[in-house]
Amino acid sequence: MKGRLILENGMTFEGECFGYLRDSIGEVVFNTGMTGYQEILTDPSYYGQIVVMTYPLIGNYGINYDDIQSKNVKVKGFVVRETCHSPSNWRNEISFDSYLKEEKIIGIKGLDTRYLTKVISSEGALRGIITTGDFTYNDVKRLLMTNPTLNAVKSVTTKKVERIAGYGKHVVIIDLGIKSNIIKSFRDRGFSITIMPAFSSYDEIMDLKPDCVFLSNGPGDPKELTDVINTVKKLIGKIPVTGICLGHQIIALACGADTEKMKYGHRGSNHPVKNLKTQRVTITSQNHGYVIIENTLPDDFEITHVNMNDFTVEGIKNDAKKLMSVQFHPEASPGPGESSYIFDEFITLM
Amino acid sequence: MPLNKEIKKVLVLGSGPIIIGQAAEFDYSGTQACRALKEEGIETVLVNSNPATIMTDKEVADKVYIEPLTVEFIEKIIQKEKPDAILPGMGGQTSLNLVVDLYDLGILLKNNVKIIGTPVEAIKVGEDREKFRLLMNEMGQPVVRSEIVHSMEEGLNAAELMGYPVIARPAFTLGGSGGGIADTKEELIIILSKGLNLSLNRQVLIEKSIKGWKEIEYEVMRDAKGTCISVCNMENIDPVGVHTGDSIVTAPSQTLSDKEYQMLRTASLDIIDRIGIEGGCNVQFALDPYSFEYIVIEINPRVSRSSALASKATGYPIAKVATKIALGYYLDEIENSVTKKTMACFEPVLDYVVVKIPKWPFDKLQTDIRQLGTQMAATGEVMAIGSNFEAALLKAIRSLENTQYTLWSQKHVKMSIVELKEKMDKPSDELLFITAELLRRGYSVAKVNEVTKIDNFFINKILNIVENEELLKRMRLEDLNYDWLKKIKKMGFSDKGISQLMSCEPDAVFNRRIQLGIVPSYKMVDTCSGEFEAVSPYYYSTYEDMDEVTVSDREKIIVIGSGPIRIGQGVEFDYCCVHCVFALKELGIETIIINNNPETVSTDFDISDRLYFEPLTEEDVYSIILKEKPKGVILQFGGQTAIKLAAFIDKMGINIFGTTSRHIDIAENREKFDKMLEKINIKRPRGKGVWSIEAGKKAAMEIGYPVLVRPSYVLGGQGMEITYNETELVNYLQSAFSKDSKNPVLIDQYMLGKEIEVDAISDGENILIPGIMEHLEKAGIHSGDSISIYPPITISDDIINQIVETTSKIARELSIKGIINIQFVEYEGQLYIIEVNPRSSRTVPFVSKVTHVPMVKLAVRAMMGHKLKDMGYGEGLYRTINKTIVKVPVFSSQKISGIEVSLGPEMKSTGEVLGIGNTFIEALYKGFLSAGIRFPDKSKYILATLKPEDKNRFMPIAKRFTDKGYQLACTPGTHSALKEYGIESFLVNKIGEDNNILQMIQSGKVSIVLNTPTKANDSRRDGFIIRRKAVENGVDLFTSLETVDALLRVMESDIEEKNIDVFESQEVFK
Repeated sequence: MKGRLILENGMTFEGECFGYLRDSIGEVVFNTGMTGYQEILTDPSYYGQIVVMTYPLIGNYGINYDDIQSKNVKVKGFVVRETCHSPSNWRNEISFDSYLKEEKIIGIKGLDTRYLTKVISSEGALRGIITTGDFTYNDVKRLLMTNPTLNAVKSVTTKKVERIAGYGKHVVIIDLGIKSNIIKSFRDRGFSITIMPAFSSYDEIMDLKPDCVFLSNGPGDPKELTDVINTVKKLIGKIPVTGICLGHQIIALACGADTEKMKYGHRGSNHPVKNLKTQRVTITSQNHGYVIIENTLPDDFEITHVNMNDFTVEGIKNDAKKLMSVQFHPEASPGPGESSYIFDEFITLM
Repeated sequence: MPLNKEIKKVLVLGSGPIIIGQAAEFDYSGTQACRALKEEGIETVLVNSNPATIMTDKEVADKVYIEPLTVEFIEKIIQKEKPDAILPGMGGQTSLNLVVDLYDLGILLKNNVKIIGTPVEAIKVGEDREKFRLLMNEMGQPVVRSEIVHSMEEGLNAAELMGYPVIARPAFTLGGSGGGIADTKEELIIILSKGLNLSLNRQVLIEKSIKGWKEIEYEVMRDAKGTCISVCNMENIDPVGVHTGDSIVTAPSQTLSDKEYQMLRTASLDIIDRIGIEGGCNVQFALDPYSFEYIVIEINPRVSRSSALASKATGYPIAKVATKIALGYYLDEIENSVTKKTMACFEPVLDYVVVKIPKWPFDKLQTDIRQLGTQMAATGEVMAIGSNFEAALLKAIRSLENTQYTLWSQKHVKMSIVELKEKMDKPSDELLFITAELLRRGYSVAKVNEVTKIDNFFINKILNIVENEELLKRMRLEDLNYDWLKKIKKMGFSDKGISQLMSCEPDAVFNRRIQLGIVPSYKMVDTCSGEFEAVSPYYYSTYEDMDEVTVSDREKIIVIGSGPIRIGQGVEFDYCCVHCVFALKELGIETIIINNNPETVSTDFDISDRLYFEPLTEEDVYSIILKEKPKGVILQFGGQTAIKLAAFIDKMGINIFGTTSRHIDIAENREKFDKMLEKINIKRPRGKGVWSIEAGKKAAMEIGYPVLVRPSYVLGGQGMEITYNETELVNYLQSAFSKDSKNPVLIDQYMLGKEIEVDAISDGENILIPGIMEHLEKAGIHSGDSISIYPPITISDDIINQIVETTSKIARELSIKGIINIQFVEYEGQLYIIEVNPRSSRTVPFVSKVTHVPMVKLAVRAMMGHKLKDMGYGEGLYRTINKTIVKVPVFSSQKISGIEVSLGPEMKSTGEVLGIGNTFIEALYKGFLSAGIRFPDKSKYILATLKPEDKNRFMPIAKRFTDKGYQLACTPGTHSALKEYGIESFLVNKIGEDNNILQMIQSGKVSIVLNTPTKANDSRRDGFIIRRKAVENGVDLFTSLETVDALLRVMESDIEEKNIDVFESQEVFK
């Protein structure tokens, strides 16, 4: 069915809608990964966002239920050049189109995704609507003023406490929208794990007597999460605190640093990050639209990792306070796995 | 770490002549390496025996040695130049093997030459299969079950243990020569006997076949600090079993989920980190299509054909970055030349699909065996970029210049399903079209997959094209509305393809399309999928919305490239195109290159102001012309590929610089050409164009046998033969007219004279002849296949004067502006013209290099209206040198099963080398050495079997061999002739008898085979079988007595390697 993507700057892209045909508004961002669409679809950090895939052929290997990163699709919409009608892979269970239908998510295909990407990279992330209706820009202008990522963490965090037994140290994961491979990475290392809702209180957390608190990745502006930041403030100094992505930003904010929204963020599987200790650069998986402002970081922090494209902060550490976090995704899924050592470094804090 | 300041002078080794498995990609990588070194202010010394390369230009390297790539000669150059370091990884396997030898022999240590880039120990792990296997086992990386064997017995035992099918891969050879898959013991015996002979250290790997698994490659890089990146991954459409050089390849992989992609990527990085690569490396995997199981097939610790493809597919200059790493830089210190902002330590992401299709020589070399296997057969390749797979595939198909514009192949339409099924069973160059035809008839996708093991993803893509082709067949022009036409244009269909399917004129589709306003838009290859601003002027066409090309208002000219490397059209034409661009740039003109060959320098995005990576068809070229509105186009340097476009471009009213299409036609049209020669009173062998067998017989009678026969409009002497009697002639004509009844067959008097070749530059009035070349072999052997000598040694001043005068007349008559190539034959004291090519020829780089006349540059100036008298090189015949230079052709015959290997009018060589000497003998010595022709071993036989006409000429030659202490072995006819002459020889039996000639060749007791053919191209004849046996067993074969005479002259001289000088190219003129 014919449809359109209308952006808040008034640009309209025509294409063909697929998946579940229900109009959807979100912040339009692009991801440059050439593989990993199903991990992207189900990554809670994309909550409220319409994701444009820059690689033109999507759905080639279908969908399997092993590689998804949360129980359901989190993106608000998916924009692709072309979908694959006859996926081929030994693990394929359902086609990409059928999966989106099942998950009630709209997609749009057949548009010039490179053009769209160039627009986003020059103007920054823009809100947009995927619609099958006859709306003009003026009809949807007001709709596009709303913030699609408001209360995002609240929407994606777990509702109940979940425990995973293990033989190792006890880590409490504050679920801000966690990807399942982060949990798996802890589990593979033998941790005993408790996953708690994002807005759990200091006492609720400390009652579990964890050896470490881990703040997960998640969607939206970290500064909106004042309750979480306050809880983390109390935790710091009492117990080692680690984090990835949004969690990393929360730790910085809790220590008095500031964050800002990036023009169009980092989303893809090819971001070079330098480990300042080893001086080696590794290619990392990334998905974030906010970043720590480097010069607001308190003096007792050490910057451990730097992005080699724009030199933004990718990792911080505070030995005295036992804090450590990274902006990129060491759990990969999708993307390169070379940074999984970060999980082992987390252990050294405990 | 920044630049290592201790390195001031670096030695770079090229890869030698173009052969199958080692082609233009190493000119590209070597040139890029030299330019990167220059950028750092480092003096470069380059050694390569191949003159037809850009890397051997004085503009590219500071010191250029066109000398044999042997340990002895490299040592001489090292002693003379005293470089601080040597960069091994840029010249393919040849360079890598040489550096390992130089290192092992202590020559590098003795002369204080450091190896930079990947250390020798790491190179050895990649090269030595046993070391590699041990390391993989240690790392827990799976490798295929295999065993290294050194004898037939060991090999058969190993195969018995692991079970057939098995693959045999000889170690230390190029392009997998001598390898193959054996389904049975009998097959293994044949493959193994070849393999053991071809391997430099008689080492062959026998491994369990994993046929049918997916073949995936990663191009990865590592710096000295251990930062590792993957530049590109590629998926072979053909499963494991077909050499990757013979596979249709797509980048990035299409059927791998992120898990599989990352699993193999991680394995690649772990391997290069463990081995300690410093530079680029290729890692090949086989992946089970039904599990996560994989095996590491091999690694190549150097730049390669795949890395050239990866560089062009992504825009990431692997050779350049590898060179900088070798100089001490880390990946995060090297600039990404595409964005100029980010660094080289990132992984390129593609927002398009790349398809590579090999260019096979089967159309040129008549052979019934078109089967593909582990031994590479392709001479070159084309690459195409599309916004979807179908578009990339269709663009690549039409880039091949096989007259196919669709998947609808007339040859296969005629076949029954049973025939097609049979053909599908074995991989061949036609598999794509066979599959398409089967799917067209409704054959099941699942069954195609079961038989071919091609992934269903790709089969369904082929099916999608076929289905749309079928729809088009049922449509009429009026049915092509905007949406439909836009849809199929997006899918990559060409106007011509559409017109063929709809049975209408291509113009009609073109007009319809323009009427509907459907034109291509061009997108940039930028390494980052649009994430960052990029400055790379590298484009491909799509039918999407946004066009990223902003056309400048500068004066601009389009240079048409030469497409894939093939026999008869090699890297020489790329050399010319690149120099054309340089010359235009010097004149302040904006340059645009259109080409589709990923291996070449011309498709490096920083050569021209703008690069369009596109097919070289009328439509694709014209679309770019419409977009860029150039002042004109230059076709002269792109070989036949470009010249073919002349009439069309002219018709469209576009200015062609240089010779006009009317004059090109005169040169190529037999009758017009004869008329012109008559007018200016120049002789040529008597000849006629005929359209029927009867007319042919009559013409031949008039001319007198033997006659030279060939189709009109050919390159590289394709289909050309000498026929000695009417039966042969009729056979030829029958087959020629059944292939093509529209064009005449040309019948010429065959003159067994001396062949002379001239390349000249003309400004329309005057000419400059940089040099005249004399051919060693008699006329009748294709000029590309004969040894040529500069300056000539047996041509009289009178003939030389006639040559200059005639060349001048012809150039003026054809209003040549630019380069003209003329072939003469001197017969009984008279000069005749054989052929005129109004374009750059394959000898231009050779002549430019040996005379130091920048031919292309002068030709471009002439095209732009400058006069020769103002160019500083004079007019007429240019001054000569006091050294002698020979060009020796190099063949790849052992790589392609079942092809004729004897010299004849049809070109068969794939490359060439130069020998530069103070004397003719010295030059020949070096030429033979560079071409890999060994001087015969006295402990072995010289095996001779000759046609009756040659027996008398052979007697003195035989005598010279026995005088030198060689033993001859002959078949009965030659044996008794020799006996009469008083020369003893060992009698060998004919084929079919016991202890016959073939067994003798296979036994390893023969050092060279001399065979003059009675009739070429007939695989049933004994001579043919003997010749094949020789090349397949790595025994040197000579089919022309002139070449043997030359070899003897070198052997008879007292020439000694240690007394021979090496010449830097500037010194040649002192």
